[in-house]
Amino acid sequence: MPGNFATASDVIRFLPEIILAVMGTLLMILDPLLHRRSSNAFGHLSILALAGALGGAIYAYLNGGPAFGGMLMVDGFATFFGVLVIVAGILTILPSYRFLARQGAETSEYHALLLFSVAGQCLMVAANDLIMVFIGLEISSISSYILAGYLREDKRANEASLKYFLLGSFATAFFLYGVALIYGSTGTINLAGVNVVLSGPGAPSLVFVGVAAALMFVGLGFKVSAAPFQVWTPDVYQGAPTPISAFLSAGPKAAAFAVFLRIFTTAFAPIGHGWEPLVWASALLSMTIGNFAALQQSNIKRMLAYSSIAHAGYVLVALTARSEVGTAAAMFYLAAYAFMNIGAFAVVSHLSGKGERYQNIEDFSGLAQKQPLAAAMFSIFLLSLIGVPLTGGFFGKFYIFKAALESHLVWLTVLGLLNSAVAAYYYLRILVMMYMREPAEATEAVEPLSPGLRLALIVPAIGTLFLGIFPNWVLDFAGKSSVLLK
Amino acid sequence: MLIDTVLFYIFAALVLGGGILTITRRNAVHSAMWLIVSLLGVAGLYLQQQAEFLFAVQIVLYVGGIMVLFLFVIMLVNLDQAARERQFNRHWFVALVAVAAVGAEIGYFIYRGRTGFHIAELGAPIAAPHALGNTEMLADTLFSEYLLPFEIASLLLLVAVVGAVVMAKKRIQ
Amino acid sequence: MMSAVPVYWFLMLSAVLFALGVAGFLFRRNIITVFMSIELMLNAVNLSFVTFSYQLKQVNGHLFTFFVMVVAAAEAAVGLAIILTVFKNRSTLNIDEVNSLKN
Repeated sequence: MPGNFATASDVIRFLPEIILAVMGTLLMILDPLLHRRSSNAFGHLSILALAGALGGAIYAYLNGGPAFGGMLMVDGFATFFGVLVIVAGILTILPSYRFLARQGAETSEYHALLLFSVAGQCLMVAANDLIMVFIGLEISSISSYILAGYLREDKRANEASLKYFLLGSFATAFFLYGVALIYGSTGTINLAGVNVVLSGPGAPSLVFVGVAAALMFVGLGFKVSAAPFQVWTPDVYQGAPTPISAFLSAGPKAAAFAVFLRIFTTAFAPIGHGWEPLVWASALLSMTIGNFAALQQSNIKRMLAYSSIAHAGYVLVALTARSEVGTAAAMFYLAAYAFMNIGAFAVVSHLSGKGERYQNIEDFSGLAQKQPLAAAMFSIFLLSLIGVPLTGGFFGKFYIFKAALESHLVWLTVLGLLNSAVAAYYYLRILVMMYMREPAEATEAVEPLSPGLRLALIVPAIGTLFLGIFPNWVLDFAGKSSVLLK
Repeated sequence: MLIDTVLFYIFAALVLGGGILTITRRNAVHSAMWLIVSLLGVAGLYLQQQAEFLFAVQIVLYVGGIMVLFLFVIMLVNLDQAARERQFNRHWFVALVAVAAVGAEIGYFIYRGRTGFHIAELGAPIAAPHALGNTEMLADTLFSEYLLPFEIASLLLLVAVVGAVVMAKKRIQ
Repeated sequence: MMSAVPVYWFLMLSAVLFALGVAGFLFRRNIITVFMSIELMLNAVNLSFVTFSYQLKQVNGHLFTFFVMVVAAAEAAVGLAIILTVFKNRSTLNIDEVNSLKN
């Protein structure tokens, strides 16, 4: 048996993870050599590593298929999310240059942990076995706990890290208990295997599998910050370094949703009617809690955190649809959301200044006069978050609610649309601040845009507009991949 | 047969007693000690279910590694003051209801589920060619079917090492 | 060598242990004790894995337990480092006092 293990094709399909892990380790080894010359070297090398992983992911896709005896499944779905988390990683590093320099905290560990986290997410999205899902999830989570508390002298970062860690481990335990019950009732934890047992004759006690699905829903619900498991999100996003908040809202979240989609639409497809009400309720609750709480926030990072809860709710609407169209819509939405949210956080990171002093919505007043480019880019992201046509956010919402209607989820669609209308208010408030007010203390003190930040704003803006003007390119691929899913 | 039942009761008492005392003791050191008792009880149950390897790992890794780490940290932080503070959450009543619900629910489902088990009959012990012990069978499976998770676990441990160092080293710069 | 103890007793025990862990997590205010409650929950899961493994006559469940232990060790190292940093900055380990993040 060991003879046919790790064949050449296995290794090729595992290429992105190998590149990321090796480069992450290399960064730390090179640390003493690079440190004196230029503190930007770590960032450059990490971007190189992620670009390599991107190439690796595409090469793996061209040679796709199962790897390591069915532990991994490199299909369109895995590649879509793999590329998404790698791009999220690159877009996190771009604003990190200036951020770390300002805090005097450039180290190789920051970048290495970021690369490891992305590697964990690549594993999660390709995993076809619950034990791989679990290990990938833990690699991604443990690196994220540390990154959230990376600025150790900062009390807020400490607290964010602690809360993220405690609630994350709590959620992991629930997820694992679900895995244990699945193992007990089906005798396997391979996703395809579970599907076969559940849809075959002599299916095990549904109560048992139902409890398992519910426990896994709790665990994954924490990871994607869906209500009622969202309590950690505002604190962590507020306390973590801003580029990391951006990363958390895109990478780990997209990967957790990928796992969510894969588990619930492959393994648990036969008991779909059972979990649908659960996801329905969670979707509605997430949208409502997220949007109404965001209305009351004065801290911008906290506001974006609540908005991220609301957006998780929209993706859950797509999941509730339980159709391939719904899965494709969720994939498209997560891609659009990654671009617009990382972009929005990059603007926040740019403005916040040393020690992240300026985080209030009032601090954005008059940004348009001082820095028209930053204000214009921020406007694109905010309009996309609202869901205005010509942006990726619009088509994301459009496809999600279309999929929901096709599955006859009329009430959920109506309530979701009402929710988006509420959301428009708090995003527009920032636009008004930027364009209609005189510059305040924060905008007077804002530093010129560094090249890294300029890229960090322009690339997501192009991505957002691209998805809004040519949505079909991405949607076609997502549609094809969601068919492959079963 | 009887001796098995008696042993189960003894181990179960250790597990539950240890668990209850872990979450109720004021002093964190006492909590840790009772957690060790509970972990040893679990180890005993592993032995009863023919998981000899895990029995050893539970004691070496959990009790000898993780719990010692806990005790070190408890010694490093000054908890004299903490022991005098209020130990329980203000919303303990809500939490109590929630926990009772979780416990009752899971217990009920398992009770109901025992008849609906897919493979419920208890047959012979883990069917194995008797030449192979538990540890050998584990090794065979680990290094063939589960080779990838095993290798990837090294990345996880690397992350943990780097993370702990980042958190604990002196000053960034 | 066959155990006369019904399998679902083990499962019940594991469920109760898990609930105890949840209770500890929700009730306790001392961060270290909260973390210990998570260890209780993980042990409950491990007990379930071993029980199912015994029942299904496979060794796979033992391996899952093994991986859970590895992860628990990694989490413990990182978690205790985070807890120490929090203590250094605030000189308290009461969860109610670690609440500076607000609107």
